[in-house]
Amino acid sequence: MNGVAVQLQGCAKTYPNGTRALDPVILDVARGETLVFLGPSGCGKTTLLRIIAGLEQPDAGGRVLFNGADVTAVPIERRNVGMVFQSYALFPNMNVADNIGYGMKIRGVDRAERRARIAELVALTGIEGLENRRIDQLSGGQRQRVALARAVAVRPSVLLLDEPLTALDAGLRERLRGELDRLLRMLGITTVYVTHDQAEAMALGDRVVVMRNGAIAQIGRPRDIYFAPASRFVAEFIGAANILEGDYADGVLNLSGGKLPVDCGAPAGAVIAIIRPESIGVVAPDQAALCGRVDSVSFIGARQRLSVSGAVDKAVLVDAPNAIEIKAGDRIGLRIDPGAVRLLPRDRS
Amino acid sequence: MHHGAPAKPERANDMSLRTFIYLCALPLAIVVTAFFVLPMTRLMVVGGTGDLGVGAYAQILLDARYRATLINTVSLAAATTAATLAIATIAALFLQRHSFAGRAVLIALLTFPLAFPGVVVGFMIILLAGRQGLIGDITAALFGEKWVFAYSIGGLFLGYLYFSIPRVILTIMAAIEKLDPILEEAARALGAGPWAVHRDVILPALKPAFIASGAIAFATAMGAFGTAFTLATNIDVLPMLIYSEFTLSANIAMAAALSVGLGVVAWAVLALARSVGGGTVAAAG
Amino acid sequence: MRGRMLFAVQLLFTLLVAAFLIVPALLSMLAGVTVNYFRGIRSGLTLQWVAQVFELYPDTIGRSFLIAAAALVVTLLVGVPAAYALHVRGGRLARAIEEIITLPLAIPGLAIALALLLTYGGFGDFRRSWLFILAGHVVFTMPFMVRSVMAVFAAIDVKTLDEGAASLGASPLTRFLNVIVPNAKPGIIAGSLMVVTLSLGEFNLTWMLHTPLTKTLPVGLADSYASMRLEVASAYTLVFFVMIIPLLVAMQLFADRGAGRGARR
Repeated sequence: MNGVAVQLQGCAKTYPNGTRALDPVILDVARGETLVFLGPSGCGKTTLLRIIAGLEQPDAGGRVLFNGADVTAVPIERRNVGMVFQSYALFPNMNVADNIGYGMKIRGVDRAERRARIAELVALTGIEGLENRRIDQLSGGQRQRVALARAVAVRPSVLLLDEPLTALDAGLRERLRGELDRLLRMLGITTVYVTHDQAEAMALGDRVVVMRNGAIAQIGRPRDIYFAPASRFVAEFIGAANILEGDYADGVLNLSGGKLPVDCGAPAGAVIAIIRPESIGVVAPDQAALCGRVDSVSFIGARQRLSVSGAVDKAVLVDAPNAIEIKAGDRIGLRIDPGAVRLLPRDRS
Repeated sequence: MHHGAPAKPERANDMSLRTFIYLCALPLAIVVTAFFVLPMTRLMVVGGTGDLGVGAYAQILLDARYRATLINTVSLAAATTAATLAIATIAALFLQRHSFAGRAVLIALLTFPLAFPGVVVGFMIILLAGRQGLIGDITAALFGEKWVFAYSIGGLFLGYLYFSIPRVILTIMAAIEKLDPILEEAARALGAGPWAVHRDVILPALKPAFIASGAIAFATAMGAFGTAFTLATNIDVLPMLIYSEFTLSANIAMAAALSVGLGVVAWAVLALARSVGGGTVAAAG
Repeated sequence: MRGRMLFAVQLLFTLLVAAFLIVPALLSMLAGVTVNYFRGIRSGLTLQWVAQVFELYPDTIGRSFLIAAAALVVTLLVGVPAAYALHVRGGRLARAIEEIITLPLAIPGLAIALALLLTYGGFGDFRRSWLFILAGHVVFTMPFMVRSVMAVFAAIDVKTLDEGAASLGASPLTRFLNVIVPNAKPGIIAGSLMVVTLSLGEFNLTWMLHTPLTKTLPVGLADSYASMRLEVASAYTLVFFVMIIPLLVAMQLFADRGAGRGARR
C-alpha cells in the first residue's frame, strides 16, 4: 500500500457564471485504494478530480485532506500528486525521457538518479527504445504510457487519471485497460480514476462512485453496484437492465403480464423491478409465468440478445446462450430467478 | 441562375475555365511586372554599372564608412528586436492572463499606433524627447537639466520601439491565446512553480511567434526611413545613407547597389524566419 | 500577497508602455489646438493652426485621398480576380506568384522607389504626375488585398461553391460575378480598409517619388516637422489622425465581428 488517504469534506463547486458543477461531496479514499468516478459527461466527476488535485478550489467550507492534513489551501505544485490528463499534455518541446524526468528535475534530483528512475519507468510501462523520440512521433498508446510514467516518476501521494483511455480507439483501449489494471495493482498508490465507460470502471475500481448532475448516486464495490443498484439511474447506467413497473406484496411481484415470486425484503407498494438480461432464462411458454413473442435476435458475441414483447407492458431484453435456436416470431417463456430481481420503491428515480 | 434547354454548342462555355483564369491573373501580371519586377531588375543592373562595376556590391563590406553604417543599422535593428520582444511579451502575457476593467481600452491604446507612418513616429519622439519635449521638461523640473535626446541614436532607438511594439504585441497576444492551458496544468502537477512553468512550457511554446514577429521587427527596423528622416541630422543608418548617396551625392549606382543589398538582407531574414517559424503574424503594413 | 504585487507591477509596466505610445499622440493633438505650446493650455485653445495647415497644404489632403481611392480601385479590379485565379489554380506557380507580389513588403520602400525612378524617370509626364505615386502605392498595397481575399476563399471553400455553380450551367464569368465575389465580401472589405489606410500613411515610397506638385499628406507632414513651428506641425498631425483613426476603428470592429462570428470565447 502506498500513497495517502484522501478525505473530501463538503466539497462543492459553483462557477463564477453561476453554474453548479458539484453539490457538497463527502468522500473517503482509503490508502492504496483505486476509486473510480463514473458518470455521464457533465456529472461533475472531472471537477471533483481537479479539486483533489488542487487545480480547482472547492466552495467556501469545503476541505480536502491528505492523511488527515488539510491541503485545501495548498496549490497543486506542492501537493505531490501524479496526474494523467485526457489529452496526455506531454511537453512538445521535450523528448520522452525529459518528459518523464521533468518532475524530478523540478525537485532537484541529480542527473544520475533521474536517469536510473527514467529507465525503471520506461521498462515498467513498456516503452523501451522510445526515450529519445519527440512527442509528435508517438502513437496514442505510446503517449498514454509516457504520460503515466511521467506521473508516477515522482512517487506521488495520489495518482489522478482523467479519462486516460478515452482518446484511444476501442481495441487499443481494451488492451491498455488490462495493462493499466496490472500497473495500478503493482504500484499500489492511492488512485482516483475518472471515466464515463462503465466497463472500465467495473474492471479497474476497488470501489466505484457513480455520479449524476453534480451529486453521488451510489458508492460501492463494482459487484454491489451491479447487482444492487440504488436507483433507476444507476441500474440503467451500469450494464443493460430491464426496468419493469409493478406492485409488490407478500413476496409476490405483480407485473402487467403476470405474477413473479421475489426473494427480496422490500416494503409493499408500487415498485420498479430491475432484472438483468442474463438473469432471465428461456423456457417453453407453458412452463413460465411470463411469456411473450421474440421481436428480434442480436448476436452480441458471447450470447444472443433477444427483445421480447407481450410479456409485460414494454419490451424485455433477454440474454440467451448461443446454443439455443431462436428466431424472430417464436413464442417463448421467461424464467426469472426470484433472487435476481431487485426492487426499489417507485417514487425514487 | 436559369439554364435553358441544351445550349447551342458554340455558346456553351465560350470562355473555357482555363482561359478565364488566365484572364483573371493577367492584369496582376502586367502591373507587377511593369512596376515591380522590371524596375527591381533594372535596379540590380544599375547597381553594377557604376565606376566600380559589379564590385560596388562588395563595397558595403569593404568600404569603412559603409561598413560602419551597416554595423550601426544591424545593431540598432537587433537591439530594437530584442527590446521589443521583451517588452511586448511581458505586456502580452499580462493582458491575456488577467481580466480587469479597462482591459479592452488598454489593448486599443497599445495597438493604436499600428498605422502611423515613420514620419509621424519621428514627430512623436520629438514631442517626447526633443527640445520642447515632455521628458526634457520633467528632467528640468526634477534635476534642473533638460534631457534632449530625440536627435541621437537613443531617439532613433525609441522611435523604432514605438512602431515595433504595437505589431509585436498583437502577434504575441494571438499566440498566447492559442496556448493550451493544459500543458501548464501538467507542469504545475509535476511541481513546477510559476517561473518554471514560464521557462519550460510557455516561452518554448511561444518560440514560433517570437521568430516570426522578431523577424518582421528586424526587417522593418533595417529598412525604416521616415523615422530617421524626421529625426535627421547625424544618424548613420543604411536607409539614410542610400538617400544621401542618391539625392546629395548623385551616386546612383552606389545607391542602387546599397538598396539591393538592403532588400536582400531584409528578404533573407524574413524568409529564414518563415521557414523556421511558419506563418503566425498579424498582417498589418 | 505576492500574487497581487506581481499583478500591480505588471499593470504598471503595461501602463507605462501604453503611456509611451499614447502620451505624445495626445500631446500632438493638444498642441495642434493650443495657442502657444510652450506656455501650454493656459495660453488658450484655437483653431488658427488648423486653418494655417489648410492654407499651406491644401492640395496634400485631397491628393492623399485621391491616391488612396485610386489605389483601392486598382487593387480591387486587379487583385480580386487575381486572388481567384491564384486560389483556383493552386500549385507551385501560384505560390511563386504569391511570393513575388509579397516581396514589396520585405523590400524597403526606398529601394522600390529608387527602382521606379530609374525605370520611369525618363517618362517625364508620367513621372511628374500623381499616377507615378499611385503606381508605387499599388505595388505596395496589392499583396494585402490579394492575401485578404485568398484567406476568405480558403476559409469558405470557394472551390466547392464554384463547382456547384458550374454544375448548374453558369459560365466562368457569371460564376465569378454572382457567386465568387459576393462570398468574398469579408476579405474584400478587410483588404479595402487595409489598402486605404496604408496608402494614406505611406511615406517611404512617396517621399522619393514626389515632386513639389505631387505632395501627399505624409510628405507634407515631413515638411512641416522640419520647417514649421510645433503648433502647425501638430495641427497637421491632428488632421492626419482625424483621417486615419476612423479607418483604424472600422478595421478593428470589422475584425472583431469576423472573429465573433466564428466562436464565442
